[in-house]
Amino acid sequence: MTTYRTDDASLEAAVADMTVTAPSALAPNVLVEVGLADRIARLDTVIGPLYVAWNGRGVSGVESADFAASHAARTGRPVFPADALPDRLARAIDRRLAGDRRVRIDLDLRGHSEFEQDVWRKALDIPRGEVRPYGWIAAEIGRPKAVRAVGTALGHNPVPLIVPCHRVVRTDGTIGQYSLGGPENKRTILAAEGLDPDAMEAAAKRGERLIGCASTNIVCWPTCWTGRHMLSKNRRPFRSLAEASAAGYRPCKVCRPVSGAVAA
Amino acid sequence: MERGGVPLRHATVAPRRVFYEVMDTDGRLAADLARDLDASFEALVIAHQDRLFSIALRMLGDRGAAEEAAQDAFVRAYKALATYDRDRIRELRLRPWLATIVLNLCRTRVARLAARGAAPLSFDLEASPLPEPVATDAASIPAAVMERRAERERWAALLACLPPAYRAAVVLRHVDGLSYPELATALGRPEGTVKAQVHRGLAMLRTAIESSDRLERQEMTA
Repeated sequence: MTTYRTDDASLEAAVADMTVTAPSALAPNVLVEVGLADRIARLDTVIGPLYVAWNGRGVSGVESADFAASHAARTGRPVFPADALPDRLARAIDRRLAGDRRVRIDLDLRGHSEFEQDVWRKALDIPRGEVRPYGWIAAEIGRPKAVRAVGTALGHNPVPLIVPCHRVVRTDGTIGQYSLGGPENKRTILAAEGLDPDAMEAAAKRGERLIGCASTNIVCWPTCWTGRHMLSKNRRPFRSLAEASAAGYRPCKVCRPVSGAVAA
Repeated sequence: MERGGVPLRHATVAPRRVFYEVMDTDGRLAADLARDLDASFEALVIAHQDRLFSIALRMLGDRGAAEEAAQDAFVRAYKALATYDRDRIRELRLRPWLATIVLNLCRTRVARLAARGAAPLSFDLEASPLPEPVATDAASIPAAVMERRAERERWAALLACLPPAYRAAVVLRHVDGLSYPELATALGRPEGTVKAQVHRGLAMLRTAIESSDRLERQEMTA
């Protein structure tokens, strides 16, 4: 009969030998999950391929080219390439880009100022298919004079498309600059959201900054959805809120037009 | 096949010098974590990933589940550390603390599997899980080493069949090398109890190995 090597010493030694090496993916997965490292993957959208960076805290970056190196330099975190976005995140981004504002997409905006984050959060309130001028954001976040700073903050938006800075236009009604590959992309995205950028600019050029409804005496931003169904015989364009007020119109409570829009 | 022909001969349980080094490193690590959690957390993961994964693997018997449990354990540890004040982190005994976290996750995982009606992990030789595939470039490894590994994994599978309380005690004491006081802390039981559980657990494992060997021999002669 064979001797079983199950005496205490060999047994303990054998059990001690059951230590194994952790899979190489373990440490990166942990670091990404707690937000000490990011992953980056490609996502296809209306304006072509985009690169999305994320970690366990949320989406941390969106750019039109692979920005792994610059993202790592900016955040000070390692960036690991991934084959694709996690299903849930990809679906959430798809739904958000399709205009569903109920989808929650967590954002990781550590390292940015409170002011910038206020601006980006406010931009998230603009519905798909509508635009607002920079001055509107400035007024809404309680910094009516910081119009230029709002523009700068939007230009630094690390997560364009998800924070829809493309829905913020210049005070004179022209489409304006866009950080994600230039103004042409901004027009493409707005068109994909159901707007007509050329018509919008033409109307602004004619001085139509606000649209009033003669049957309700309410004045709105031209793209406000509440004003979109008015009969054309009731449409009253205005150059400014002051002009509309003088004509007996009150500002829409949904889109909240401001007078700052005509100041610049 | 000649069982027993593969001596498990690294026999003597080496007085764990590694263990004392880890103690030192852990003290420094805890101080670093207290000073700057984000800057030092990676070092914690690197220093403890093999042992947390080993504990989880030997508790759960499945690599995928073990990887998830170890990952969750680190994430929990990070979230907990983020809420602790500096003094509390500095005084933390990382080894038993992390062991407790991963062990609890393994427990809930097993409970969840059982609730879902999956095969319960029980002390049942007939239904013992298959040994882990030895995933390395087989050609470059001497046959003796290969065989020893296969043997080790067979024993590990038997270990995974011990009742959870005994399995945890054996895994923490002998796979992970915790001291009895640490073990008592990690398991939240008196030292005498955990000592008894380790011994009883090893005895059960021995019985399991012996009957498994006997079973195998019977099958070969049958």
